[in-house]
Amino acid sequence: MSPGRYLATLALFALGAMAVPAHAATVQIVMENMVISPAEVSAKVGDTIEWVNKDVLAHTATAKNGDFDVTIAPKKTVRSVLTKAGTVDYYCRFHPNMKAVLTIAP
Amino acid sequence: MFVRLSIAVAALGVLTGAALAQGAKLTDPQIAHIAYTAGVIDINAAKQAESKASSKDVKAFAKDMARDHEAVNKQALDLVKKLKVTPEDNDTSKALSKQAADKLAELGKLKGTAYDKAYIDNEVAYHKTVNTALETQLIPSASNPELKSLLQTGLKIFQGHEQHAEHVAAGMK
Ligand SMILES: [Cu+2]
Repeated sequence: MSPGRYLATLALFALGAMAVPAHAATVQIVMENMVISPAEVSAKVGDTIEWVNKDVLAHTATAKNGDFDVTIAPKKTVRSVLTKAGTVDYYCRFHPNMKAVLTIAP
Repeated sequence: MFVRLSIAVAALGVLTGAALAQGAKLTDPQIAHIAYTAGVIDINAAKQAESKASSKDVKAFAKDMARDHEAVNKQALDLVKKLKVTPEDNDTSKALSKQAADKLAELGKLKGTAYDKAYIDNEVAYHKTVNTALETQLIPSASNPELKSLLQTGLKIFQGHEQHAEHVAAGMK
């Protein structure tokens, strides 16, 4: 294999590794008027959660088990990729009355 | 003068609940003023705490309060402007402000952990009082649907703050 060919193969391999897994989906979770909806969501490891905050207040999505802690500024959207399976109860640290559940399949 | 003073003192003694519980139906301009005043009070308390608190959690909580209540009050101002409602000062707002000024002075004399604890305890109590007022008085009395809905969101925010304050208080022991 020529050095050029080898590099090209390597590059291809890297691209393949970077690409999103075949069935990865984007799941939207909206925070509006102090409510997280849907309150229960099922997703898979590798899926992207799109956290949409429609309020004028900052919120967080904080996993009770410490798996994730995302802060979403007012009127902003934050994306995060799920890396670990499990049924995760999460809440907003600023407003602990905002609660929801995320079920993440392996 | 004498009589008035003692009435005021009595009213303060039983906290805002008394001022809020009695009688005449509040008008939208009055409700808007009370809600806004309630926010300002918590912002002032938060500003004092941001400079006086020693615990990191208490400082962070104060910052959250100032940020949230400033955002909500801005939304309230935008709404009253849109609805062409001029917030109207009233006895409840006055009682709230007077009581808050006294509390601020009282807290101002404390230091260190004693201050932190007193501030957080007062935050729990204050949010409870405001929540009761919102639930039993302000929301039922509001006639404009947009004002009512802002108050309903406000109630959820205040309930969130109450729980947040309780968490911080529990963490301090
Ligand atoms: Cu929140």
